[in-house]
Amino acid sequence: MAFIESSKTKPSYDVIVVGSGAAGGQSAYALTMAGAKVLMLEAGRKYDPIEETPMFSTPKQAPLRAAGAPDKPFGFFDATVDGGWTVPNEPYMVKRSRRGNGWYEATDISLGSTDQNFMWWRARMLGGRTNHWGRIALRMGPHDFKPRKRDGLGIDWPYDYQDLAPYYDKVEALIGVYGTNEGLENTPNSSPGILLPPPKPRAYELLIKKACDRLKIPVIPAHLAILTQLLDHKKVPAMLHADNPQAAKLLSEAMQTRLACLWATPCGRGCAVKANYQSTTVHLPPALASGNLDILTNAMVREVTLDKNGKANGVIYVDKKTREEKRAQARVVVLAASGCESARILLNSKSKPCPHGLANNNGKVGRYLMDTVGSDLSGQIPALEDCPAYNEDGASAMHMYMPWWLYQEQLSHKIDFPRGYHIEIGGGREMPDAHIFSGLEEFTGGSYGKRLKEDARRYYGSFVGFAGRGEMIPNEDSFCEIDPDKKDAYGIPVLRFHFKWSEHEERQAAHMQKTFAGIIEAMGGKVIGKPQLDGKKAIAPGGSIIHEVGTTCIGNDSKTSVLNQYCQAWDVKNLFVTDGGPFVSNADKNPTLTIMANAWRACDYLLAEMKKGNI
Amino acid sequence: MSDLPRMDRRQAIKWMMTTTAVLSLPGSQSLGAARTASGYGTDPNLMEVYKPGDFWPLMFTEEQRKTVAALCDVIIPADDKSPSASKLNVHDFINEWISAPYPGQQEDRKTIMDGLGWLHTESKKRFKKTFIDLADEQKHQICDDICFVPKAASAFKKPARFFNTFRDLTMAGFYTTPEGWKDIQYLGNVPLTRFDGPPPEVLAYLKLA
Repeated sequence: MAFIESSKTKPSYDVIVVGSGAAGGQSAYALTMAGAKVLMLEAGRKYDPIEETPMFSTPKQAPLRAAGAPDKPFGFFDATVDGGWTVPNEPYMVKRSRRGNGWYEATDISLGSTDQNFMWWRARMLGGRTNHWGRIALRMGPHDFKPRKRDGLGIDWPYDYQDLAPYYDKVEALIGVYGTNEGLENTPNSSPGILLPPPKPRAYELLIKKACDRLKIPVIPAHLAILTQLLDHKKVPAMLHADNPQAAKLLSEAMQTRLACLWATPCGRGCAVKANYQSTTVHLPPALASGNLDILTNAMVREVTLDKNGKANGVIYVDKKTREEKRAQARVVVLAASGCESARILLNSKSKPCPHGLANNNGKVGRYLMDTVGSDLSGQIPALEDCPAYNEDGASAMHMYMPWWLYQEQLSHKIDFPRGYHIEIGGGREMPDAHIFSGLEEFTGGSYGKRLKEDARRYYGSFVGFAGRGEMIPNEDSFCEIDPDKKDAYGIPVLRFHFKWSEHEERQAAHMQKTFAGIIEAMGGKVIGKPQLDGKKAIAPGGSIIHEVGTTCIGNDSKTSVLNQYCQAWDVKNLFVTDGGPFVSNADKNPTLTIMANAWRACDYLLAEMKKGNI
Repeated sequence: MSDLPRMDRRQAIKWMMTTTAVLSLPGSQSLGAARTASGYGTDPNLMEVYKPGDFWPLMFTEEQRKTVAALCDVIIPADDKSPSASKLNVHDFINEWISAPYPGQQEDRKTIMDGLGWLHTESKKRFKKTFIDLADEQKHQICDDICFVPKAASAFKKPARFFNTFRDLTMAGFYTTPEGWKDIQYLGNVPLTRFDGPPPEVLAYLKLA
């Protein structure tokens, strides 16, 4: 089994997995290692990070010095293929604040001045968004799974942190995550021996910590899915697959092809030496080596098909190369296409018994769409001017971060918003790109000539940036649904988006701005621009942080949720959704790690039910 | 990037946002920017080395190109640490930039073309010569009037905005070259077996030791 053409699919599989990113990769890994025969369908093209990652390429070698452009919003070297907030041939519909109350096709590729109510990021490639993601791998904590119990808002998960903790350990051990156990509130420790040692802090990170110590804001090692040393290819596979020596062997072999970080070249390009987690370098190679996985790319799934008993029996997809409609069959269908895309597939799976789409008898598919609250501020720090030079690339992403620290103040209502945020930091002597000195005239008074060159030497490396990433509480006004008229180039009805921040998120964004300005001032620095204290203006557009979760919510009650606690559809026993869709809260923690842990837990249940003959 | 909804490229000091979607896009002011078929596309080969003109035709006339090279060198002349901007063909990067089929660059194109027109007229008016033929101090005389928007006289506000954009582009072109990296001592983009953090002299300088 391997990469196949649409004409070569087998008559039937145990499981069809739709999608190949964090959720699809993890699901296919768990299923194939246990012996299930899996067909993976990916809407984008085949992608090989070994061959295609521009490691060490310089901006000078790229058009526009590699600056972002509509074709590649994160810059020329970003790993994303055929992706962005718009995707060729695949429109979606939004509301626009500066136009009438109708539906408009989404067009914006920039955050600067969008009037779209939602921006939907997709990547059409094997491995999906995991190829370019930020590698930030934070666990959700006990409060995050039971938010309603704590403050009366939002929705509780049907299980506790403790139920997912073993899966967090397993995912971290499998993919490799650096960090430390600090024992802070709602910032869980990993089991002993799971985390890799964190890299040493950079100079500006130490300077930030010094200021934050005075402000009583904790600054601790970040958790990122980057190998600071080789994974233990004997211990880890034996631990993860204690009762399956063949799986342990395959994983061990795959693990030995991964190198540790080279301390250079940005992770967003992907990694040809497999030093960070991408589905394409970590999940898929051992799954393919098992012989149990067929992967079909350029296969755009339209709907899940049902047999006469109302059980799922496969999917209909469009072969994007030939534009032909095809069918694939399996005993079980797992949707892992991203929250909104999986909801779209369910809503488009209409039949006589399911006129409103599949698993949607209670109308909850598409509901409770969430993104992360984002707000940023940068500063210039005189103490860093003319600092002696050293190679500060490190692991490309942050080595240190600030977890949320005001849980008790929130509990006692001393602050005016209920949920937290963490702070991501950047700056220093990063690789100079096309925007490295944009805005410098604010500091130089408009110098040019030899003085400008002196100024560049003086100011390079003296900037720091803070990005708040905060929790959004699910609300009734944020959801996606099928547009009644619009279809994509493959004839598939498209999504349209309703999205609204509440005062909880807006107040939180304003608090971020105040906090960042406070840190910059405590560092003796100067805020660039002004902190935006109007929360409505401080908050980044919905969807722009690319933490799309919700839309196929899990729960204990089939009347109010789409899936049970194992991500199994209430209405269709052999249908599962394992991406960000099941999330009923979107803690400040970046969702990818939780997507993988939750998917692994769901697949263990799926396998057990299959073994019992229940599905 | 304090103010995302009104973010302007020249207000946004770009810093590495490896984690998320927030980044300063060139020309992020443009609304409703549809994808264009004539750019480099959504799936370019990333393993090639490209040069200006590979993806779209370059627009400067030979005279404009020379003027741009001359202005580049006023902004970044040679000194004992690095060569001048034109020596590194920064003017060809600016040509690529303003010729690009993307909305942000198209906005900059208008700014640059209008500005070059103004520069020509102003040089003729003041010195009866084209900008290229001016002596250094004559070039400086003009640039001193337009080098800083907040302090420019009202008649020079628009040319000052041109100069600002032009300076940004010149710095972008210059400091993304190996020579520019060396000048400001960017020492990375080389593989290492370990990352040791800041050396003692850095810690001492920052009073962290």
